[in-house]
Order: sequence, then C-alpha cells, then structure tokens
Amino acid sequence: MAERIGVYVCHCGSNIAGTIDVEEVARWAGANLEDVVVAKDYKFMCSSSGQQMIEEDIKTHNLTRVVVAACSPQLHERTFRRACQNGGLNPYLFQMANIREHISWVTTDKAAATEKAKAIVAAAVRRVRHHKPLEPLPVQVNPRTLVVGGGIAGIQAALELADAGYPVILLEREPSIGGHMAQFDKTFPTLDCSACILTPKMSEAGQHPNIKLLTYSELEEVSGSIGHFKVKIRKRARFVREDRCTGCGICVEKCPTKVRDDAFEAGLGFRKGIYIPFAQAVPRIPVIDKEHCIYFTRGKCQICGKFCPTDAIDYDQKDEILEFEVGNIILATGWKMFDCTRIPQYGYGRLPNVFTALEFERMCNAAGPTGGKIVLRDGKTEPRRVAIIHCVGSRDINYNEYCSGICCMAALKFGHLVLEKTKAEVYSFYIDMRTNQKGYEEFYQRLLEEGMKFVRGKVAEVTNADRTEEEKGRLVVQVEDTLTGRQRRIPVDMVILMGALEPQEDAFELARKVGISCSTAGWFTERHPKLDPVATMTDGVFIAGCCQGPKDIPASVAQGAAAAARVAGLISRGTVWIEPIVASIDEEKCSGCRICNNLCPFNAIEFDPVKQVSRVIVALCKGCGTCIAACPAKAITGAHFADEQMMAELEGALWDASEEALAAIVGSKSQQELPVIGA
Amino acid sequence: MIQMANKEGTSFLHQVMAETPRGERLLHCIQCGSCGGSCPNGPDMDYSPRILFALIQAGEREKVLSANTMWMCVSCYYCTTRCPQQIPITDIMYTLKRMSLREGLAKGTDAPALARTFVHYLATYGRAFELGLATRFYLFNKPLAMVKMGPLGLKMLAHGRMSLMPKRIRNIGQLQAIIAKAQDLGD
Amino acid sequence: MKYAFYPGCSLEASSAAYARSIEAVCRALGIELVEVDDWNCCGATEYHSLHRLTAAAVIARNLALVDQQLTQLVAPCAACFLNLKKVDHQMADEPAWADKVNAALAAGGLHYQPGRVKVRHLVEVLHSDVGKEGIQARVKKSLAGLKVAPYYGCQIVRPFKDWDNPEYPMKLDELMSWVGAEVVPYPTKAACCGGHMTQISEAQAYELLRRLLQSAVDAGADVILCMCPMCQLNLDAYQSAVNSYFGTNYRMPILFFTQVLGLAFGLSLKELGFGSEIVAALPVLRQKVPAVLAAAKS
Repeated sequence: MAERIGVYVCHCGSNIAGTIDVEEVARWAGANLEDVVVAKDYKFMCSSSGQQMIEEDIKTHNLTRVVVAACSPQLHERTFRRACQNGGLNPYLFQMANIREHISWVTTDKAAATEKAKAIVAAAVRRVRHHKPLEPLPVQVNPRTLVVGGGIAGIQAALELADAGYPVILLEREPSIGGHMAQFDKTFPTLDCSACILTPKMSEAGQHPNIKLLTYSELEEVSGSIGHFKVKIRKRARFVREDRCTGCGICVEKCPTKVRDDAFEAGLGFRKGIYIPFAQAVPRIPVIDKEHCIYFTRGKCQICGKFCPTDAIDYDQKDEILEFEVGNIILATGWKMFDCTRIPQYGYGRLPNVFTALEFERMCNAAGPTGGKIVLRDGKTEPRRVAIIHCVGSRDINYNEYCSGICCMAALKFGHLVLEKTKAEVYSFYIDMRTNQKGYEEFYQRLLEEGMKFVRGKVAEVTNADRTEEEKGRLVVQVEDTLTGRQRRIPVDMVILMGALEPQEDAFELARKVGISCSTAGWFTERHPKLDPVATMTDGVFIAGCCQGPKDIPASVAQGAAAAARVAGLISRGTVWIEPIVASIDEEKCSGCRICNNLCPFNAIEFDPVKQVSRVIVALCKGCGTCIAACPAKAITGAHFADEQMMAELEGALWDASEEALAAIVGSKSQQELPVIGA
Repeated sequence: MIQMANKEGTSFLHQVMAETPRGERLLHCIQCGSCGGSCPNGPDMDYSPRILFALIQAGEREKVLSANTMWMCVSCYYCTTRCPQQIPITDIMYTLKRMSLREGLAKGTDAPALARTFVHYLATYGRAFELGLATRFYLFNKPLAMVKMGPLGLKMLAHGRMSLMPKRIRNIGQLQAIIAKAQDLGD
Repeated sequence: MKYAFYPGCSLEASSAAYARSIEAVCRALGIELVEVDDWNCCGATEYHSLHRLTAAAVIARNLALVDQQLTQLVAPCAACFLNLKKVDHQMADEPAWADKVNAALAAGGLHYQPGRVKVRHLVEVLHSDVGKEGIQARVKKSLAGLKVAPYYGCQIVRPFKDWDNPEYPMKLDELMSWVGAEVVPYPTKAACCGGHMTQISEAQAYELLRRLLQSAVDAGADVILCMCPMCQLNLDAYQSAVNSYFGTNYRMPILFFTQVLGLAFGLSLKELGFGSEIVAALPVLRQKVPAVLAAAKS
C-alpha cells in the first residue's frame, strides 16, 4: 500500500518566510514528491490551530506519515509528535525538517534558501516513508537524587528534596560543605552576616535523615540514564575514621605542621597538617594534608594519632569507590576565581598590597586570618586609601568576554566594609555600574551617601613607579577618568581586584562524564535559556547556581530550589517514558564475537553464554550507534536510525543530483544493496 | 537575518575602519578608557583615543583629523595590547595620521615633516641617514633647535656614532620601482 | 645554528657597538648570521604615517630578499623587528592585502609568500635556541656583582605577545641571570623611551626618559641594558639633555645587552664596541666587576 504523507511548511512569522519562499516549497512538495497527498504552509505551525490542522488532516486525508518543515527538532519535535498522536498516528511516523536554524537564519540568499529547503523537505519525506511505529519505553524513577557540589545552591537543592521526603546524596570535594559563601563576611545588599545565614543550612544538611553527606569525595563515573543512573564516587582518604571522630580538634591543636591555606583562606592564612577548614565546618571531621604531613613526607611523627582520644586517626586509610543508583542528578559545582596574575599590569603577585576579592573577603571576615581587620600585607598597617578595580578578567575578550555579574555589587560591599572598619578613602574604578536586582540600586545610593568615590574608567595599570613625592612608596592607579577625559594617577595603599567568576577547571570533564554540554568558556548549558533554565539536554540531569553562569546568592538559591522542584516532579510521577531509540541485535545473525560488548560506552550489551549471542539492555542503551557500526555481521540495527532510513534521507537531499553524482556520493554498492525508493 | 556590520559604507567611521587592518573592531569600543589611561603621552593629548573613537562614531571628521592625539602616539602599543575589545588602536592612529595629512588638517606638529624627511632618504638611498635626517629636518623645520642640538651631534661624531656619508643600496632602482608601484596602487 | 640577519640602518652608524657585539657574541656561540643581501631601511614608524601600502612594500622587499634556504630572520632593532613581523602577519591575515603588496613587489621582480619567514629578535634566539646550558657553557667570567636593569621597550614585546610577557617581560632578565649578573626588578622595563619624540617634542620625550632613568636608579641598577638601538640612543645620547631639562644628575651607563653578555664570555672591549657609549660605562664596570674588566682588556 502506498503511503499517504502530509507536508507542513511553517513561516515562523518572518523567521523562515522572510528568507524562504515557503508557499513555493509547499506547492513544490505537493506536486513533485512521491506519496505526498497534502502540502500546506502556515504562519505558526506550532500554534494550537497549526497543530489542530495537522490532527484534522490526518483524519480527513487518512495520512500515514507527517513531515513538518519548521525549526529545530530540539524545540518542537515533541509538539508535533503529540499532534500526530492526537490525530491517531503513531508519533514516530513523523519527521521534522529544520529549515530555520539550518537555512533561513544562516543565509540572506532567498533563492538558494528556497532550493535548499526543497532538498531538506525531500529528505524528510523520503526518510519518513521508512519509519516504523515505535512505543516509548517506561522507566521507573529511583527516588534517590545525587547533588554534586555542596555550596549554597547544592545545599538548597538537597534540603528541598530531603524535606519533601526523598533521599539525597550530597557530594562535596572539599572537606566541608559551604562553598564560597562560607568564606564571605557579609552579603550584599542587606549586609547579613554570611556565616549567620549559611551555617544553619549547613548543619541542617549535615544532620538531615534523608541526606547522605559525602565530603572530600568526587564523582568518578556516571552510567545509565534518567530514572536509573549508576554513579561511582571516589571517597578520598581523610586518614580519620568518621565513625570514631568526635570533632574535638585536639589533633589539629597538637599538629606541629603549618601550611599556607590556599583553599579556604585564599592564601592569606595558614592551616595545620591535619585540619578542619573552618570552625563551623560540616562535617566537623579533620583531614590529613598528605602533601605536607610530617609523617607522610618523612615517615615519623604521628602526634595526632597519639593524642586522639577516640583512636580515630587511621594512617592506612585508602580511597574508597562507592556505587549508588540514583534517579536524577543535580550539578551545583560552582565557580573558581580568575587568576589575577594573568593581568600583569595590575601587579598581583608582584606588588604585595594588591589583593584579590577572595583574599579581601577573608580579610574582612571576623573569623579570618586578620580577625576582620583591614590591613596591608605586613599584617598591621591600616590603608589610608583603597582602590577597588572592577572587571578584572571579565568584559575583556583577552580573558573572558562575559560580564561576571556580581562584581559591581561585591565592590560596593567592599567599599562599605572599608568605610565602616577604617578611616580610609575608597575609590571604585568601574566601566559600567551594574546593580539591577531588588535592592541593589538602593545599595549603590547608600555607598554614594557614605562617600565612596567612583571613577568611570578601566584601570590601565597599577604601578610602584612613582613620579611625585606623594606617590613615593605607594601604589599608583593610572586610569583615564572617562567622565572628565583626563588621565589620572591616584596614589593608594591597597588595591582590590574584582576577579571574574570562571567555570571550574574541570567543568568540561564533568560535563563529559554526565553527558551535558558547556559554553566555550565552560559554563553548563541549560535546556532553554529562558523557559527551562535548570534542565539540561540530558533528561534527568539538572544544573543550579554558578556552574551555569555567574550569579549571586539569591539567584543560586532560587536555582537550587528550582532544580529540586523539577526532580521532585519526576520522582512523584514515578514513571518516565524514554525514547525507544535503542539498538537491537538480530540473534539469528549474531556470531557471538562479542566485539560490541566492550565497545559499548554505556555497558548496555550483555552476553548470553547459553545461546552464545549478545543482547542489548534496553534500559541502559542510549542509541549512540557505536555497536551498529562495529558489528562485522551487520546483526545490529538502531531503531529510528536504520541504514535504509538514513540512506533514504541522503537520497532525498540529493533529489536533483544526476544518477552518476548520486552514485559517487552515496556509493554504488550501497545503492545496490538498499532498496531505492521511488525506483 | 541581520547582516553583521562590516567595513563597507561611506561614513567617516567606515573610512577609518576600511583603511585599518582589523579596523572593524572599532565598532566594539565600550568607552572604557584603558587606551587613554595607558598612554605615556595621554596627559598631553587634546582628546584621548577613547574620545577620538566616540568622535569618529559621531562623524566629527574635522575635529578628529585636526587633533594632536595621533601625532602624540609613540607606537608603544600599550593601548593595543590592553584594549579589552582588541581594537588595533595604534594602527588606527597611523590611519588617522595618513587621513589628516591627506586632508591637510595636521597642525602644530613636526612629525609629518620628520616622516617626510625620513622617507626622502629612504627613497633616495634605500637607507636611513641619521646625520642627513637631523640636519635636513632641523634646517627646514626647527633652525633654532639645530643650534641647541649641535653639541649632541658633535658628541655623536666624536664617539664614532654618526657617519658623514649616506650609504646607498646596490639595487636602488628596484626599490624605487616598488615604491612607485605601491604609490600607484593607492592605499 | 644559521639565521638570516637584518641589521637595520642604526647598526651601520649610530649603533655600531651593537653590530660589533652581536657579531662577537654570535661567533662565540657558534651562531651564523647571514645578512640579507642588499636590504633596505624598514621605514621605522615613519612610513606608516604617510602611505600604508608603500610602507608595507618597502618592508616586504626585505622579506622577499631573505635567502631561500633560510626560514628564520633575526632582527636586533625593535622597529625593524616589529615592522618585518607585522607585515608578514598582516599579509597572512588578509590575502587581498598580500596580493596588493606583492603587486608592488612585482615591479621590482620580487614576491613574498606570507609565513615563509619567521621574524625573531636576537634575545629570543639566545634564550630559546641556545638556551641556558648553551649560554652558561660559554661563560668565562661571571658577572656577579653587577646590577643590571634589562630594558625591553615597546615594540619587541608588543603588540605581539607570542614570545614574552607584554607587560612584564622576563626573557632578557633570565638571559642575564644565566651569566651571573644580578638582575634588578623595576616596573618600567617595558615602558616607552619616546621613540622619535626626541626629535619632534622634547618635553614629552625627556619626561619619558626621566621616568625610565629614575626607575632604574631607584631599583639600584649599575647599568641599563638595551635590546634596541633607538632605546639605547635615546637613553644614552639624551641623558645630559634630560639632566639639564629637569636639573637632575643621572649618570646611568646605557649598554647593549650583547656588550655585557660578551664580557661574560671573555671577549675584548674592542670586539664588543666599548668606547662609543656617551655616558661612560667602563668606570662603573671596573668598580663592580673588576676581574671581568681585567680579563677583557686585551
């Protein structure tokens, strides 16, 4: 029986119709493509009336296949599959032709665009004839969720889910949860004490019966898919037994080794060879710094072990690999600070009194290395004048093109703290002041009132090359004051660099592990920038906080909660339906060579030793096609991506090519082997 | 689809962009002032490079081409390497110098005269000739300063650091043919 | 090691000391420099102000004349180095521009394929190609006791950032420390000497020179080491003018880095072109590194 195909070409307002002659494409498809019985164009095919048109046509014209030529299938494939289903057609008897992202948005040549659109539609029409009805696969959702990253976003997500009654594994690679927020002194714009609002949440997360906390641990491997991910976690050896340690801290007190703390104290303070990163750490269990511990480096000491009242020190502890099954994963892995030595003209690392924003946070913190006193690198001198430089490594295509988002507000906060704690003058050097959230502009107003000085100009250099008596022995900030148009040299005692927020060093590696994508900088990519900000293109993987892009605490908390809500929705539904696009092995043809077994990146192929054949585990298969290409017996086919479907699509795209040209491109051999449609 | 802005067009801005390698970066200026802040001669400029760029965008041709900014440029390239938008600022200064000379708007600077004298020796001998350059330049442009610079010249001679005769390259005809052809092809 | 060599006009007269010391140092290190046959002036910064295409064509003639067997061209002067490198890069960047430059070259029967020649500064060659071991193997007398302020200037480290840090370069610092000299850190080592400003605008030029001299004095330097003839000339020949303009009393010897490097290699003062510096250098050297000077006498 011949197929009856409906072709629908979308204008997408002027997005497509502005470049492609859509009426001509529809007319041409109706007149020239085999089996096409209806071909229409329409203003917005994704609108409810557009969908309805398709549904009715399926019934009135007895359509057996549908092609929609519109935008990317990422956006509306689901929409039109549903329309087909509503019209009584199996949703997989549908094919989408992308004539927007692939054509109209990338050219201005109308004639060429229209011709290409015809080819893309022809390809879809030929392909859809080979589609087979498929049924989505049901998967039970494991209610346990893995949250990666124990900063404020991850803590929020974990608490939301745990409070809803679902089990959570909260993974953190540092010895304590808390993230960057734990390092801060005050938070803008309300100046709440950071620790005061964060530590209750930290201890709640640490004690929650539904949260399993794994600190000093990292994600090693992820397999499976939504509903039933398998995760491997490396729990690094602390050399302290968590089941015995009471967190009394005697070991830390007695430890003779002192090491500069580049992590929590941002290099401004020290920690011991065995240490708890900060007083309110959760869990309050120390870690031995193997790199610096006298016992580990020289084989003698063990003072901590001798003094521990509960015999919790275990020098032989090894890393453990833990395995869990989880239904969903939330990534909240945060950010790292721009390396300010990359801008040598600002002198960081060379001029002692140039500080990074993180160093300054620690300096302001009452529990920090200076006890909250704002002093120069000598540890005692109070500055008379402080310069705060914005946009260090951000809004600069030599480093990072993006605006780092939070630095203007953090700079205002620093200005306030300097004015509050010292008698110093404070200068802010900014390009544009960005204070666009609730209460932020008001905070800017407050600093104007408090007398912070603002110079609009990107600082050219910070130098100790003095030119006048006044400049002697001080740092000089050289800048064009763009509001007066004059070059100024302002002598100061301390410079604070508002370094950009950057993606974590290993963001790309983590993205690869969990199968999501990143921007070129390394920020994780959301499913939709406006309408689906915490989901990713991989079902069951969500993102929250700064790993998606620079953002402040309120936004991070909102995203943590949003990601948790998305996960809770999936858990409460219980079953999710996944695409039936998986490989299947024809047991008749399988020779049992087992080549596919080891090639499968998802461990989704098992071997049946009785029948001596390989078999696909449907729940694990992601339909990547590796095994299909590798099988020497051609015993494996991929649903919805079968050879004949793809060859037909190619031939369609080349509808106007000569026989010889087609043979040269598609290959004469495959032409003989495959049934040539329309022949 | 919006056509990305490019070097084509007839405005002053477009002319500046078209005459400068990677000149289209000028469209990206965010008026941050890292150029004017970096410039060793910044304090002595009528307008900082940043203001000049705003004036170029505003079509203020005469103001721009009669400014002293580009003549104060020492080609140190600090602005170029520091510009957060990778605008080839030093090269734009060269472009503005050329346009300013072409349109007779360069004033109050000896730089064009120095350049012309320099180029005269280059085209005649194929080499720079410091003594000739100095005397000819000062003679025609700063006769008073020549008296002041005299002792320095003598000092240079005494230290064997100034030759009295220009050197001529062997194949000066070839160089002159190339120069003539380049002039002919336009900028 | 064999390189094409573009000396530049200054090395023929005002900076003969640089030419001689380069020759002596390279000979000592087994580096063969093959002078580009019949090279012409690079036009310094001047030609770009008048005519862009002519400026490029004049420079490209030199690139076209580089011996076909050689692919690396050493230029010891900042302006020459940058001009040659920049024209090569711009031709590679914009094929239409390259065609135009070649159309001009064709009038002289020449052609240059962009990218054929890699332009390098001598410091880069000594630092990367000869390397620490190669340099140290040649040292006869350590320069310990001599505080040197390496001065990079502008155009060797900017705008191209591909061989050293454009803001705080270190290659010459390292090179000099390999031969025992005490390298003083000072903040203006890549600041501008004023270039041709000494000719046209003395107020600006002298201020730039004063900053450099003061900065080196503050750092405790015995001598400033230059890697460009223009920088050396400005700092050396105009130092007394700077002094009378500002009422200062600088007496900072300004030498080419190759002269001081050559001392460490035990080369003679004559070979290294000593004597042409305007601010006397030998008294300071005699005081700080007497043994080196004694050995270099012959």
